[in-house]
Amino acid sequence: MKSDQDLLITRSCSKYGNDPGRVIDILWEIQKSLGCVSYEAMEKIAATINTSRVQIEGIVSFYSFFSETPKGKIIIRLCDDIVDRHAGVEQIAVVFSEELGIGIGQTSPDREFSLEYTPCIGMSDQAPAALVNDVVVTSLTPDSARETARRLKANPDTSKLVAAKGDGNNGHRLINTMVKNNIRLKGEVILADGIQAEAGLKKALSKTPLEVIQEVVESGLRGRGGAGFSTGEKWRLAQKALASKRFVICNADEGEPGTFKDRVLLTERADLIFEGMAIAAYAIGSDSGILYLRAEYAYLRPFLEAVLEERRKSGLLGSAICGKKDFSFDIRIQLGAGAYICGEESALISSCEGLRGEPKNRPPFPVEKGYLSKPTAVNNVETFCCAARIMDRGSSWFAGIGTKASHGTKLLSVSGDCAKPGVYEVPYGVEVAALLEMAGAEDTAIVQVGGASGDMIGRRSFNRKICFSDLATGGAITLFNSSRNVLAIVDYYLEFFAHESCGYCTPCRVGTVFLRERIQKVMHGFADKADLEYLQELGKTIMITSRCGLGSSAPKCVLHSIAQFPLVYSSHLKESLDGLQPGFNIQKALEESRRIAKRKSMIYDPVFGNEGE
Amino acid sequence: MSDVIIFKIDGVEVSAKPGQTIMNAADEAGIYIPRLCDVEGLEPQGSCRVCTVKVNGRTAAACTQPAAPGMVVENDTLEIRNCRRDIVRMLFHEGNHLCPCCEASGRCELQALGYRLGILQPDKYPYLQPVRPVDASHPDIMLDTNRCIRCGRCIRASRHLDHKNVFGYIGRGIYKQVGVNGKNLAQTDVHVDDHAVAPGICPVGCIIQKRRGFYDPVGQRKFDVNPIGTEIEKHLKDAGGKK
Repeated sequence: MKSDQDLLITRSCSKYGNDPGRVIDILWEIQKSLGCVSYEAMEKIAATINTSRVQIEGIVSFYSFFSETPKGKIIIRLCDDIVDRHAGVEQIAVVFSEELGIGIGQTSPDREFSLEYTPCIGMSDQAPAALVNDVVVTSLTPDSARETARRLKANPDTSKLVAAKGDGNNGHRLINTMVKNNIRLKGEVILADGIQAEAGLKKALSKTPLEVIQEVVESGLRGRGGAGFSTGEKWRLAQKALASKRFVICNADEGEPGTFKDRVLLTERADLIFEGMAIAAYAIGSDSGILYLRAEYAYLRPFLEAVLEERRKSGLLGSAICGKKDFSFDIRIQLGAGAYICGEESALISSCEGLRGEPKNRPPFPVEKGYLSKPTAVNNVETFCCAARIMDRGSSWFAGIGTKASHGTKLLSVSGDCAKPGVYEVPYGVEVAALLEMAGAEDTAIVQVGGASGDMIGRRSFNRKICFSDLATGGAITLFNSSRNVLAIVDYYLEFFAHESCGYCTPCRVGTVFLRERIQKVMHGFADKADLEYLQELGKTIMITSRCGLGSSAPKCVLHSIAQFPLVYSSHLKESLDGLQPGFNIQKALEESRRIAKRKSMIYDPVFGNEGE
Repeated sequence: MSDVIIFKIDGVEVSAKPGQTIMNAADEAGIYIPRLCDVEGLEPQGSCRVCTVKVNGRTAAACTQPAAPGMVVENDTLEIRNCRRDIVRMLFHEGNHLCPCCEASGRCELQALGYRLGILQPDKYPYLQPVRPVDASHPDIMLDTNRCIRCGRCIRASRHLDHKNVFGYIGRGIYKQVGVNGKNLAQTDVHVDDHAVAPGICPVGCIIQKRRGFYDPVGQRKFDVNPIGTEIEKHLKDAGGKK
């Protein structure tokens, strides 16, 4: 048994060339076959790939999908996003608990099942949803959850859970999922029908790399992940940096709560993404690329691998692409392992290198020293799609869409309280109010633009526009009607940030925990005005001093909600009539002494004296 | 490019050599920028954020930010002082820092910075009160991670100076902590003479050498004699005549 395990480990390690840089792939194999990465397994891996056990433990304990203790053969991960909570995931959890006889966070004694909560799995448009190993189940109801649990008990083959396949490529034999695309609005850049395959790549290859970069600069394309850096400038910097090797990385670690548009692109526009990556590679002079795929989208991997293989066969990847003698480029897929922070580009690079997914110090920036210290262009899935289209249709076509300063279209993932959740491709400049109308949202009170790290706005601000100069966003638009509790939403986002903080820097690691503690105090009615000042000051410190975007955006939900919904906060504040701190409950504090002394307080009890007298 | 970089810290002109950080240049100029995770002889990490400064209006960690010509650095301003105080408080409240009974008292950099920044009493933040077991397995060294501030100095010292891997970060978020390369410290290849466990590497009382407790009398302890930062500021006084 012991030697079986050792054999498996040495085999997994040698499959990846005993390369410590591929340790995440190695750990995935071991986690899948052994159900955990035990202390002994870590020792064996460390010895095989020549690193230390504590470093392996550092990685295993960093990523949510790895576990040091044995997990069940079937792991059910219920999506615990705020939209799923509002859609009743708690009831679903109760059903699974009853059926499987285990609570959340537990594994059944026979090691058949584990049940847990996980942050947003990118299915907010069909919530509540869950991952059953790699299989996605969506739009759960208590009945369908019960049915799912019973089926799994009768037959552990998770692929049998897919009864009705989703639309489009979701029904492809290599995806085979019940996930629906929910494409509600097709814009002219990415989701339009009849996009000519590889037209962008072919036109790019007829130009010089510098001309390609110039075209992208002139189009005004800015990063679609949220930060909005000029794509052309990024490529220019990567191209200019002196190096023997350069990399192109596609960020498909779509982890922002409430976003799912990359899921749809990976399903329906895989070729366009890879085409865009090849264009970037040609422009900056790179011969290798990585698609970093979040673990929650592992169900898309076989399909994506097949698309890559098909491209190799058709001469669109590999050497002499499209007959261009000096241009070779290939792409590998790096599967993540459950860490939101890896959506941050330098953390994503750390993760590709087989490290804890912690952001790197900047400077140097990834365009100078990125993956393996080589110049690296990291772009969002949607950005690569745009780049391919720009090469085909030209920069002025692209610049003609959207607003003066924000060119092109934006894919929005709309979910929450509305009749038509799904993906909307809109030109930049669309008003929030127009979006609500399109989505069939009624009685909307709160719109969260950009997910947990984004902007929270109330009715007064529904005339604001989606564009870089107003509401810049990666695309998550989460809608809440007036029955929802603002504080519960803020509490959820803080819980999310505290859970997903990598812990590297003090303000984010500790500050997010402190923010949440105080928001809960407000929720429970124990806070006074001073606590709001505390929240604002603490939020400001965290924003100023955090090392990366996670920390600097975590307090936004607190600060925005205080500014946008002051009445909600003031209605929760406790008036302090007795002059005591609101958090202090004198009756509760006296209870124990009353019990021990067997008498009441002279001051605080109206009728005092010894008990029983 | 010229070999001397000239920039300003709080209006004072400072020079740096190419490749130096703001922190390096400030140290040489006798301007103290408070810090915890950075220590001489180890690669800077930029994690504690105590050395936060504003560079041309944007925040950066002085220990990792390279000096550049003409940059305008804000160090000792009200806003930055408040941020640093908040961060030091966060560290105090994250762990169990009971100075009167801690062996590191008087040479603890966290305590010394608390004094320097005017933090003299417990305050607004809640205490997280961790209850991690103390590792006293090793004959010469004791590890109390409840006092750890995640500065990673022991990790870097072990890796880069001792060429071992005794320590490493494990966990994530608030659960991030320093782990050891064994079931406990006794099972690792740590030696009492390693740089990683030498006095001055751990800035707090997390790594303690056994049988040496409380060896400096109060009044003669490291920071009793020279409060934190004064060694660097002494440069300024020494160079006072020239400036």
